[in-house]
Amino acid sequence: MRDVAVIGVGMTKFGELWWQNLRELYVEAALEAIKDAGVDHLDSMYVGCMTSGLFCAQEHLASLMADYLGQKHISAYRIESACASSGLAFRLGFIEVASGMSDIVLVGGVEKMHTGADATYCLASAADQDYEAFHGNTFPGLYALIARAHMAKYGTTREQMAAVAVKNHYNGSMNPKAQFQMKIDKETVLNATPVADPLGLFDCSPVTDGAAAAILCPVELAKKYTDTIIKVIGSGAATSTIAVHQRDDITFLDAVYQSGKKAYEMAGIGPKDIDLAEVHDCFTIAEICDIEALGFCEVGQGGPFSEAGNTALDGKIPINTSGGLKSKGHPVGATGVAQIVELVEQLRGTAGERQVKNARRGLAQNMGGSGGSSVVHILEVQ
Amino acid sequence: MIVPRHYKEIPQRYRLQGNRCKACGRVFLPPRKICPCGSEDLEDYNLSWKGKILTFTIIRVPPAQFKYQKPYAVAVVELEGGGTIQCQVTDTPLEEIEIGKEVEIVFRKILSEGEAGIHCYGYKCRVV
Ligand SMILES: [Zn+2]
Repeated sequence: MRDVAVIGVGMTKFGELWWQNLRELYVEAALEAIKDAGVDHLDSMYVGCMTSGLFCAQEHLASLMADYLGQKHISAYRIESACASSGLAFRLGFIEVASGMSDIVLVGGVEKMHTGADATYCLASAADQDYEAFHGNTFPGLYALIARAHMAKYGTTREQMAAVAVKNHYNGSMNPKAQFQMKIDKETVLNATPVADPLGLFDCSPVTDGAAAAILCPVELAKKYTDTIIKVIGSGAATSTIAVHQRDDITFLDAVYQSGKKAYEMAGIGPKDIDLAEVHDCFTIAEICDIEALGFCEVGQGGPFSEAGNTALDGKIPINTSGGLKSKGHPVGATGVAQIVELVEQLRGTAGERQVKNARRGLAQNMGGSGGSSVVHILEVQ
Repeated sequence: MIVPRHYKEIPQRYRLQGNRCKACGRVFLPPRKICPCGSEDLEDYNLSWKGKILTFTIIRVPPAQFKYQKPYAVAVVELEGGGTIQCQVTDTPLEEIEIGKEVEIVFRKILSEGEAGIHCYGYKCRVV
């Protein structure tokens, strides 16, 4: 297996982008990544996207995106694993380069969600359609089931969950590409319109349009393009029960734990060796469960750990320096690669006001559905 | 369209017809061909119509199909004799729903689809 590096990244502004369609979003991010890397061709491409069929009545993205990127004869693939689609696309691109099959691979993700389609309905297709969505549950509802169980089992409070949203909005206020670049206070979260009790509007990530892309190549070849080699040192993916109610422990995201364990083992390191992480905070409770499953704190202690400031920019383990899904936005199919974009900026030392000092190793965790799939990558600057 | 797919799920939705792994005892709704324990030796098993609430939420922003029902509660229910399901809590004031409360399963209309308004029925639970 060859060592693999990320040599370029690109990302559109995230937000409510009525004036940009699916293909324009993807091509903008992809071109930015290609120019950032300085490559003159692609061997292969992976497009992560969750549900362009429901939002835009458009499938066959491998062809559409390669065509509009001016790359019509490359091998291209569309990857779907709900909100973990582009995290998985990144993993497949990594495997293709590591295997020696291709040298220059573009991995991207895109979602166009502001199209007039019923977003709640479209997103529910990531749940068990016949045994969760049929009964009227929604994505906020599924995480609300997890939140209430976590509160009952560990004493987690709404204030602790609110601390996650406040912190992520603070970080996002320094990210020019974030959808919501404003700080919020705890009261705003606690007094927000209820969506699915105990979760309110400010516990939820928004509906977002956007795209992100990255260029992968072998480390040996990377030296030709850049002096700052950012190597992929760990990659792990895992699935779990799709339906929340069939899990042995509703409060524990075992796909996150298993994907993290695989990535840590491949890298030969543990959670203590990570300098910062982007985790899948589609809801505030998700970030709490993620940091527990990834070993950044004890299981059950994610709430108090977050409230005490350990996950802040200057904390023990900065989490979601980009603003996370909560503030940066969550174009579901683009989120996994957008997390990689933030890690690359941090490891290059170009994250501006939100730069973490001496960031050498970053972890990205991208989740599908309510924890039915998860992908973890660990990057290290050489 | 839900209706053509709903037809196939009727044994599960009307009778809680699932199955049970003879090797490890786990109960499934819908029935599975193979248990996560690896066994393919499963027997038909109708789940109990009594159980208790493991966790719940109150949906205030529903998909369009459920907009006339809001707000409504959805719970995870552990059934006596094994198996867990997710379903709405009906016939119960929202403030009386709590983790640990005993419920019974009842047969109800879940939704109506399309302009013709074809009804799809299934299980809900209510606090006893
Ligand atoms: Zn079994």
